[in-house]
Amino acid sequence: MLTTVDGKPLKEALAHAQSRAKRRAFLLVLPLLAFIIVSFIFPIGQMLYKSVNNTGFTISKDFGTGVSTPIMTNLAEWFEENPQGTDPDETAYAALAADLVVLRELKAPGQAGTRINYELSGSRSMFTKAARKAKKLEPPFKEAIIDLDEDWADPSLWQAMRTASIAVTVNFYLAALDRKRADDGSVEMVPENRQVYVTLFKRTLILSLMITVICFFLAFPIAHLMATLPMRKSNLLMILVLLPFWTSLLVRTTSWMIVLQSQGVLNDAMVATGILADENRIQMMYNQTGTVIAMTHILLPFMVLPLYSVMSMINPSYVRAARSMGATSWTAFRRIYFPQTVPGIGAGALLVFILSVGYYITPALVGGADGQLISNLIAFHMTKSLNWSLAAALAAILLGAVLLLYWLYDRLIGIDNLKLG
Amino acid sequence: MADSHTKDAFVEFDRVQKSYDGENLVVKDLNLSLPKGEFLTMLGPSGSGKTTCLMMLAGFETATHGDIRLDGQPINNIPPHKRGIGMVFQNYALFPHMTVAENLSFPLEVRKMPKTEREAKVKHVLELVQMGEFGGRRPAQLSGGQQQRIALARALVFEAELVLMDEPLGALDKQLRETMQFEIKRIADDLGITVVYVTHDQTEALTMSDRVAVFEDGRIQQLAPPDELYESPQNSFVAQFIGENNTLEGTVKEIKNGIALVQLDGGGLIDCKPVNVTKAGERTRVSIRPERVEFNKDRLSAEAHTLKAEVLEFIYMGDIFRTRLRVAGKDDFVIKSRNAPDQVRLEPGSEVEIGWLAEDCRALDA
Ligand SMILES: Nc1ncnc2c1ncn2[C@@H]1O[C@H](COP(=O)(O)OP(=O)(O)O)[C@@H](O)[C@H]1O
Ligand SMILES: [Mg+2]
Repeated sequence: MLTTVDGKPLKEALAHAQSRAKRRAFLLVLPLLAFIIVSFIFPIGQMLYKSVNNTGFTISKDFGTGVSTPIMTNLAEWFEENPQGTDPDETAYAALAADLVVLRELKAPGQAGTRINYELSGSRSMFTKAARKAKKLEPPFKEAIIDLDEDWADPSLWQAMRTASIAVTVNFYLAALDRKRADDGSVEMVPENRQVYVTLFKRTLILSLMITVICFFLAFPIAHLMATLPMRKSNLLMILVLLPFWTSLLVRTTSWMIVLQSQGVLNDAMVATGILADENRIQMMYNQTGTVIAMTHILLPFMVLPLYSVMSMINPSYVRAARSMGATSWTAFRRIYFPQTVPGIGAGALLVFILSVGYYITPALVGGADGQLISNLIAFHMTKSLNWSLAAALAAILLGAVLLLYWLYDRLIGIDNLKLG
Repeated sequence: MADSHTKDAFVEFDRVQKSYDGENLVVKDLNLSLPKGEFLTMLGPSGSGKTTCLMMLAGFETATHGDIRLDGQPINNIPPHKRGIGMVFQNYALFPHMTVAENLSFPLEVRKMPKTEREAKVKHVLELVQMGEFGGRRPAQLSGGQQQRIALARALVFEAELVLMDEPLGALDKQLRETMQFEIKRIADDLGITVVYVTHDQTEALTMSDRVAVFEDGRIQQLAPPDELYESPQNSFVAQFIGENNTLEGTVKEIKNGIALVQLDGGGLIDCKPVNVTKAGERTRVSIRPERVEFNKDRLSAEAHTLKAEVLEFIYMGDIFRTRLRVAGKDDFVIKSRNAPDQVRLEPGSEVEIGWLAEDCRALDA
């Protein structure tokens, strides 16, 4: 073992000597670290937790006093004692009746009903109705409850209650992939007319890929021009490229509408020049075309900037050397210039793709019905249907897909090859 | 220049002018011709238009006026990849994403040479620059000197008859630079190629070249073999630029028997060889090399004019002594003397008389 002159192990001495510098470095990053934990890591953790844990059918919290009370305990007990597939008997209905009484007292029928409604739509009102009459129910409970609403005998309902009685569940991930639990607990597809999410995931990926490719083809020549022009002219180009960042979203949206709608500038111009018959005006707004055009416009700088930064580092003497050795300008481009821009292409493509996969506001504004992306549905579940667990599951799948992509990129090109600016 | 239309010229610049912005001429009326096999160096301060000349020859810049001929053919309209000129860049421009061997076989690939032949050539040229084992490495894994050798090999591998080099040794340290100067010269001589070499380092120019073209402000100031350039500079710019040099300013008093008598501004009369002066009364700047100054009275001829000088500083440099003097009111006059057993070491503060042979002291333009 190596030691210092006075016999201390070298490693220890080095660690001691560096500890001060390390402490200082840590203090420097501490504010940002704290901020990231509070504003990013914690919420993401919460979201992931919500996607697999929903207490709507197990705990009721009184927000006035802050007291949490377990609910549906009798039913949970019955589910525990009787395995999957057991037909609900009198004891089961008795347990249900007892739980409904508790729900009524805690003013929680809505919450429990909502939870079951996620699995089986239309069942929320059954809970509120039954809870109102729970006190007056008398044995035999089975008949009494089914008398209230015959859907209480529905095996799907009992299957839904069984899964909901345990807070931890993967059902929201199943739902996010257009799947559900069958009455016997196995996984099956939801009916065709209710399959939305998988289609949307696919559409999101395809549109994002399309936007990335279009951005690449538009950005490459501009970035090259910017990298080769003298400073003053390239700065002017840079300003033009960054313009989308500087204009308000509403102004931009309005201008797209003016330009792209079927009575808009572009269509008018094409009709006026005779390219298009008046009755064949192209619908470029409120559909996928609108989403693609608008998002390409917004995300273009994210492709241009990394490309520009990589290209401006490529010494022109490489291409000159290739030319002097007898390569035509095309060969010199293909064999010498282009391979050296790959880190910029990778960075730009990754940025644009990841950003467009999660983009929300533009498709919401100009996407119409078939231009919506998955993030619009996440927003819908966050703000309208209030099914946060499903929203979280959708978001988690999106996050997983992006991480997968990142991993793939690392395997294929290498993340240390990424050049962001 | 009179010889610009010589029959055996291989490379020829004929009244070439170049402007980038339409306002300033970067190259002004360049006439130059070199025969096959010559090693010609363009030497000049930064910004004097050397690279521009090279780029016009290689085809990356077009001449604004005039003709450039290669082997008698005007090449103004031939694109760079058809000129068959090898080129070594200052930063080497080795393709970073290719191995050394791939770099070297690139010019052969674009010439559609079969694989086996390519491999043989690459191997051969690697040996020529003594880099046989490095074929599999990336440029980034080589030292500066090794990259230099590969860049040279790449310019040679497709057997170009003309190789251009733009400050190829600029990034190397002194010792390596000297080794490489020798190396490049050896290879150029062995292969019999014509080289146009650009540098701002005068030692490099003097040691390597057959002829040196001294550039300044877009013009060739003098085009001559190294010894002539050093010993007979044609004007004060060349005298200043090449080697160390003492200058004194004055007015020509008379010219007689091929010797000009010059009255120095700082006082004193000296004998000079008239180079750019023709008659009495002209202003002149005289130039004298530090090693041609004599301070040993016994060795000066009796009738020669001498100057009084005060010794300011004596520096021992090993092989030579360098003494700084105050002469004719200027205190940057330097003399160099060989470190020999009988050599006198001048004491700072002492007074000496200095003089020289009239032909070593050149009266140039003011
Ligand atoms: N591409 C260019 N555009 C405009 N001016 C240039 C360009 N290249 C060189 N110059 C100008 O031409 C002059 C000569 O440059 P250059 O030929 O590179 O000199 P050298 O190689 O002797 O240092 C300089 O003043 C430089 O600023
Ligand atoms: Mg230069």
